[in-house]
Amino acid sequence: MIIDWSSFTPATALTGGILIGVAAAMLVLLNGRIAGISGIVGGLMARRSGEIAWRVAFLVGMIGAPLVYSAFTSLPRATIEAGYPELIVAGLLVGLGTRYGAGCTSGHGVCGLSRFSARSLLATLTFMAAGFFIVFVVHHAIAHAS
Amino acid sequence: MYTLTSLLSGLVFGIGLIVAGMANPAKVLSFLDLAGKWDPSLALVMGGAIAVGVVAFFLAGKRARSYLGAPMQIPTVRKIDRRCFLGSLTFGLGWGLAGICPGPGVVLLGSGQVKAIVFVAAMLAGMALFEQIEKARARSGLNTSTTAA
Repeated sequence: MIIDWSSFTPATALTGGILIGVAAAMLVLLNGRIAGISGIVGGLMARRSGEIAWRVAFLVGMIGAPLVYSAFTSLPRATIEAGYPELIVAGLLVGLGTRYGAGCTSGHGVCGLSRFSARSLLATLTFMAAGFFIVFVVHHAIAHAS
Repeated sequence: MYTLTSLLSGLVFGIGLIVAGMANPAKVLSFLDLAGKWDPSLALVMGGAIAVGVVAFFLAGKRARSYLGAPMQIPTVRKIDRRCFLGSLTFGLGWGLAGICPGPGVVLLGSGQVKAIVFVAAMLAGMALFEQIEKARARSGLNTSTTAA
């Protein structure tokens, strides 16, 4: 393993993380709900009354974030290296997996670990390991073989 | 009121993801690339978020209702089962393939990249597929319990 110190951004990573924590704190302390993005999106599909407005509002806030951010300072670069076939397969796996696993990086990774949930710890370790694994396969094993 | 607080929470969450670098899939992939040039930044994102989260959920756990009077809906499922394991495994494979998890996917929608629209559309299709499979299983009488994390 080689650590890429030139790309290491501890201050912004920590600041961003704290903001994410503050957002999750707001949602649970004010609305009594978990800031798990896959759960918030997936919950829209059940179309239960009283479960729509807050979910849509949360997502509107997230989608509006780049716009609000760019009103103050220029947006950092966001590079999507994956091609369209990979994006489609990745999206399907993320959609299906987060619903079966009942959570993603935010629901299990941030909120679940903050609650010391063993179930969320297992989920987080599992999707991290799977992420490390597939990146190794795609960027090293396959790239070197071809 | 709950709609407004939810909107604000979503906005702060989205800005947090942008500031953290999580909304840049290339940076996420360099965190997941242990065998390449590893960028450990995202571990600090989790650390920062959890540091605040621990305090918030400690306070939330002692209350039956939120500060605005909403019922606390904190997950009670503790079961560690195959379903949660396989689901998380599937999610991780998709995450590592494109470097995008659900939160950054939604934020990237707002920056208007076509690739982000394709990813989110596929993610919604995956979630819809889950709903259909679960409905079919419920009809065939299998026990299914779904709970959000």
